[in-house]
Amino acid sequence: MIHLEVNGKRHDLDIGPDVPLLWVIREYLKLSGTKYGCGMAQCGACTVHVDGEPTRSCVTPVSSVSGKKITTIEGLGASRAGRAVQKAWTAEDVPQCGYCQSGQVMQAAALLAKNPGPTDTDIDASLSGNLCRCGTYQRIRKAVHRAAGIMAKGGKP
Amino acid sequence: MKGIVNISRRDFLKTGAAISGGLILGLHLNLPESVNAAAQQTPPLVPNAFIRIGSDDTVTIIVNHSEMGQGVYTSLPMLVAEELEADWTKIRVESAPVDPVYNHTAFGMQMTGGSTSVWSEYDRLRKVGAAAREMLIAAAAETWKVNKKGCRAEKGVVIHTSGKKLRYGQVADKAAAMPVPAEIKLKDPGKYKIIGRPTRRLDSPEKVNGRAMFGIDASVAGMLTAVIAHPPVFGGKVRSLNADKARAVAGVKDVVHAPSGVAVLATGFWSARTGRDALEIVWDENPNAKLSTSGMREQYAALARTPGAVARKEGDPEAALAKAAKRLSVEYEVPYLAHATMEPLNCTVDLKPDSCEIWVGTQFQTVDRNAAAGIAGLKPEQVRIHTMYLGGGFGRRANPASDFVSEAVHVAKAARVPVKVIWTREDDMRGGYYRPMWYDRIEAALDEKGDPLAWKHTIVGQSIVAGTPFEKVLVKNGIDNTSVEGAADLPYAIPNVIVDLHSPAIGVPVLWWRSVGHSHTAFVVESLIDELAHEAKKDPYEYRRGLLAKHPRHLGVLRLAAEKAGWGKALPPGRALGIAVHESFGSYVAQVAEVSVSPMGEVRVHKVVCAVDCGMFVNPETIKAQMESAIAFGLSATLHSEITLEGGQVQQSNFHDYKVLRLNEMPEVEVHIVRNTEKPGGIGEPGVPPVAPAVCNAVFMLTGKRVRRLPVRPEDVKQT
Repeated sequence: MIHLEVNGKRHDLDIGPDVPLLWVIREYLKLSGTKYGCGMAQCGACTVHVDGEPTRSCVTPVSSVSGKKITTIEGLGASRAGRAVQKAWTAEDVPQCGYCQSGQVMQAAALLAKNPGPTDTDIDASLSGNLCRCGTYQRIRKAVHRAAGIMAKGGKP
Repeated sequence: MKGIVNISRRDFLKTGAAISGGLILGLHLNLPESVNAAAQQTPPLVPNAFIRIGSDDTVTIIVNHSEMGQGVYTSLPMLVAEELEADWTKIRVESAPVDPVYNHTAFGMQMTGGSTSVWSEYDRLRKVGAAAREMLIAAAAETWKVNKKGCRAEKGVVIHTSGKKLRYGQVADKAAAMPVPAEIKLKDPGKYKIIGRPTRRLDSPEKVNGRAMFGIDASVAGMLTAVIAHPPVFGGKVRSLNADKARAVAGVKDVVHAPSGVAVLATGFWSARTGRDALEIVWDENPNAKLSTSGMREQYAALARTPGAVARKEGDPEAALAKAAKRLSVEYEVPYLAHATMEPLNCTVDLKPDSCEIWVGTQFQTVDRNAAAGIAGLKPEQVRIHTMYLGGGFGRRANPASDFVSEAVHVAKAARVPVKVIWTREDDMRGGYYRPMWYDRIEAALDEKGDPLAWKHTIVGQSIVAGTPFEKVLVKNGIDNTSVEGAADLPYAIPNVIVDLHSPAIGVPVLWWRSVGHSHTAFVVESLIDELAHEAKKDPYEYRRGLLAKHPRHLGVLRLAAEKAGWGKALPPGRALGIAVHESFGSYVAQVAEVSVSPMGEVRVHKVVCAVDCGMFVNPETIKAQMESAIAFGLSATLHSEITLEGGQVQQSNFHDYKVLRLNEMPEVEVHIVRNTEKPGGIGEPGVPPVAPAVCNAVFMLTGKRVRRLPVRPEDVKQT
């Protein structure tokens, strides 16, 4: 039995220990916001937070996160950084096809939770592992700065 | 929810079908022809098919084009809302079912592609909105028993001169029964309140909170997930199969054959993939196993030295070349490219004896529906397609062969269970339907003043439409227009021109890839013009201007981009500018790239200034976003991406060996939009073609090395 805490809710699951966390989230917990992109931690579409750390769920065996706190895109709005990032993303009209954006948003929120005033270099270092084929990168950069501003003003855009 | 059109929506589905008379395969990718075709067969005006107004005043726009990032779930509703006098905050969007009433106004089938969505709906959706507005006004007038001339509509409310008001939601039911007005007067563009204003995307909120539903997110009760073993060589067939180990994997429920391979069905993706990888398959011997990129290069290079089918000829290029003062003979090449959409291909099918429901991100609804019906043994009307959000399209989800949809229907049919087929990234990368590999040979001649005298351009590459139902319409006199677009319509003033084409048949499936033929022709043409300018010892920008005197829209964007980029200004050491201009899909784009090259030959693009003239436009925010997107997409192909074959097998598999642009490589992009009253042009693709030549022309300025093959290889440009 694997015990997971996802978005504040406890789940006891009878599943193989090697199944990647991504598929447990998508298929067992029916949270489809976390996306499959590459299966080898090359694109970041599957990014979730494990105890606050941005983690590629496609290469994370579910047994390795048993008992840890997992946040997915569906639960991100509960955090200050998460809300700021989602607001900023909409304000900058970041998404295009949108498929990678759950991962982008999760990665950005994790960055801002640790570093509330990231420089462009910090953003490059944190977000270059998240691919976007629509090329929304320029807006992602702007939106991270905007989110930092929102957080600095106590959540107001 | 009650609606203007709730009940009659079923009626229109019948009516629409009757009026349109089924599928018309009249596809024209050539813009002016398309516009003519559209004018000749004006589709019936059925406002009820496109608008549903709820009693809560929400206005649902049923959008017949697929949203794949290009913004049509915002720009197309803007067209309706403008004439409907709707309250923009009440607009919702729903994807259209498949029905002739939703056919593309120029192509006679339901589809999204060719950067056509906005211009092809520009008139129809405004008329739809205006007709619905008039029906709402008529309904309010009837309710009040007043003359409708005393009524007007504003922000979702009908207002009478007496001051009486009725919200759209209050009169929607009655409006649905009103006759569709025969005469519709559209607004003067000067009075637009929504069209032309920067408008935020309607789909952003659900794309940042995980709620947006893509094809891969579809779910049906009792469904199994399938992963398919495809042949390692294109066209391969199973000779023998041992599925014992696959069936032993926990969660695997079934193994079935499909024409495209062997499917393993399981309770979830991981079991299905593990099972698929455990299949023991012996594939047949296949002539495609001899294919290699190096072999194809030799074949193409030899073909490029022989005359092909002539796409354009003016003057006597051979004679002019023979007596020219200066002559240049060069060869350019670009590789196969995968679309590599972020969402790997997938399709969910629920097949029953008398119906087939499909959930899929597709650009080709009519084609996919008909293919599914054929496989299922059903009538097309018995097949229902739910168009989900597309996690990228770029042309891959518009396949005349319906590969990923057909295969899923085959699997559902064989397994007798609802099924979601998911392609792994590796399956997607190796699954073919690439942008063709191209090889171009150009001979050009200059006169004593440095002006071009002759231009002989031979293009070698596979036809995208050969062997598809589109061949009859799109191939004329041996020329697939998508192979020569952007080259045969070379705009520069050159007296002697020949452009010819070889279309070798190769066993690698090919397909349109964002900007199609232009993705290679602009690289060749705009690089070569740059080469000629340098040969002539002239400034590349001024040289182009001199040769484009008869093309004001090219000139307009060229000048705008050059001015905004500060063409000719002093730059930091180690930086240079490159320029390119190209027309495609009815729009004109010029770009100036600011570039540096490291001593090891790594190219870095710092900034791209982009000027675009797409005629009258709907949402300037979309235009900016699409230019940024196209530049990133084009830069991936310029700097990184390449599909190669050896022994018939694709050598790349995932994003570690098929590299695409990452955030740290994204240049600053500045977009300038020309305002005019020209016909609306496309916007999803035209930003791609100029990027590669603009960057490579800058690389030449810096290094003196001319990039003639993509992606740019450090060894080709490093300082020795």
